[in-house]
Amino acid sequence: MRTPDYKIQSPAVAERFAAIKRRPVVLEIDRLGREFAGATGPVTALRELSFAVHRREFVCVIGPSGCGKSTLIRMLAGLDTPTSGRLLLDGKPVTAPGPDRGIVFQGYTLFPWLSVLRNVMFGLEMQGRTGTAAEADARQWLDLVGLAKFADAYPHQLSGGMKQRVAIARALAPNPRVLLMDEPFGALDAQTRAQMQAHLLEIWRNVDVTILFITHDLDEAVLLADRILVLKANPGELQEVIEVSVPRPRCIEQLTTPEFQATRRRLDELIHPKLHTPSERLPIVRLTQAGDDVE
Amino acid sequence: MSRWFAIRQELPVRRVRLLGVGAFLLPLLVWSLFSYVPWLWHPMIKITEPAGVSWVRPGQLLPREDFAKLVENRRAESAAVPEGVRANPIFFQPPHAVARALYTAFTTKPTLRGDKWLHESIATSIKTIFWGFVISSLIAVPLGILCGAYVTASRLTEPFVDFVRYMPAPAFGALMVAILGIHLEPKIAIIVIGTFFQQVLVVANTVRKVDNGLLEAAQTLGARPRQLILRVLVPASLPDLYNDLRILLGWAWTYLIVAEVVGVSSGITFFINQQAKYRNFDNVYAAIIIIGVIGFTTDQILGWFGRRLFNWKNPRPSRFRDVMGRLFAGREVLLFPDKPAAP
Repeated sequence: MRTPDYKIQSPAVAERFAAIKRRPVVLEIDRLGREFAGATGPVTALRELSFAVHRREFVCVIGPSGCGKSTLIRMLAGLDTPTSGRLLLDGKPVTAPGPDRGIVFQGYTLFPWLSVLRNVMFGLEMQGRTGTAAEADARQWLDLVGLAKFADAYPHQLSGGMKQRVAIARALAPNPRVLLMDEPFGALDAQTRAQMQAHLLEIWRNVDVTILFITHDLDEAVLLADRILVLKANPGELQEVIEVSVPRPRCIEQLTTPEFQATRRRLDELIHPKLHTPSERLPIVRLTQAGDDVE
Repeated sequence: MSRWFAIRQELPVRRVRLLGVGAFLLPLLVWSLFSYVPWLWHPMIKITEPAGVSWVRPGQLLPREDFAKLVENRRAESAAVPEGVRANPIFFQPPHAVARALYTAFTTKPTLRGDKWLHESIATSIKTIFWGFVISSLIAVPLGILCGAYVTASRLTEPFVDFVRYMPAPAFGALMVAILGIHLEPKIAIIVIGTFFQQVLVVANTVRKVDNGLLEAAQTLGARPRQLILRVLVPASLPDLYNDLRILLGWAWTYLIVAEVVGVSSGITFFINQQAKYRNFDNVYAAIIIIGVIGFTTDQILGWFGRRLFNWKNPRPSRFRDVMGRLFAGREVLLFPDKPAAP
């Protein structure tokens, strides 16, 4: 099937991108670089990465393993320091972790000794907010992720999807400017993941937060993002920024639309270039009998 | 029906209990066999009839070879032959004697002035171990937590702690007596020395095992170093710390026995030594068994509390959880519809 060019945008989508660009820049990344000391000399994880994220934009970062996606998000969170370049949040440099940047990790990092409610209250308590006001606030966030009934449950009693929903509520509770998500649905089964994606979009619509979402799932990136930053590995560099031409609101049925497929195909070419060029055949010796073919 | 032997396969609860009882019955069975089956071991002969031999009395124990020689000599002299039955040495007491002693040891009057009743001895021992362990823990646990949290603290203390750890605690006995006198204090000090250094290292290691992801999550939620320690590291490692202390308490009992012979002997060790001098080996066994019972019971009780204190760490089958599980199994979609309800 011929798919249209992924760059073609309908007037509504073009208008939407224009509107996003008029909004103030929340996150500015300026010639960011990170080197690690390797056994044979310094290894460059990220090099000369520059881009800006506008308020309430949904940005996905995608790339092959080793492209520095996780390094990028760790630096944004303040858990790692860049070796060159600058990171600005609302114009102020990022130096340490702080409640203005919420983060949801792939592994479940809920505090297992705290109930779901207390987990969500953790960030509020760190800001010195305690008591009924903080609790009411936390319950509101639990409501938003649909887990109000589980306020008194403990993390080990929850399924993986529910745990990540609590993690989202916990990250959002201190009212961060940016929500950083590091492959948050990577460990979930396909069905739960689809639900979580729909739900994340719903949360994003209703909460004043900018999302930077790391994934290696191409469909996920196209389904969620306004823009997709495609990185390449060794060294980690920005390859292309794709403006997703799929109109909003998004839903799983759009997976088959031409715009979706076009963007999906472009991502595929960028991430798996080898699959699109004829490669040599593997020298595999036949180990089955004639007539026993599977295809 | 699950198999008895399958690698790493859990067993039904009933069978686990059965095996637990068997764990005690099996040694008891072996002990009984050697005690009551006359042809098993029994290296002595207990004289029943001296038959005029001037140097043996009824009830005296002779090694079998000596008795055989004696019988041979008597036969050669055509004199009356002494009689006897096979018996175990005095230090090997049969279960029934020890069982009786478990009661009579408490009713055995102190023989000499300065000897103690068994219950007094036990009380002294428990007091010694309690203070030794409390003092050691009060210093070692906070220090260990600091070492687990800060690499600087760890690098500054752990090399020295590692060094002292290799000095056997009893080696400090004479020194402690010189410093602290001859009563309970040096004994407590030896338990402290024996426990403290291990404790620092064990606690530090446990704290270091806390998942880094939890610390990072807390940092991004705005936790400062103090809060990272008190609100994350401590609660996260508390169940493991509790278990560490349980194990270390067991070690403290080992040090108790050497500690109690320092200065003026006291406690259960003194009781055991005195009873051994009087050849009351049944009481000796009883006292040793009582140490085991006290240790084992304390540990079981602490374990029971631990499972209830930290049920987030040891999720046990609970009716509540079953009900919740059944209520919400596969209903995430219902709770959490794909399409948000119309406003």
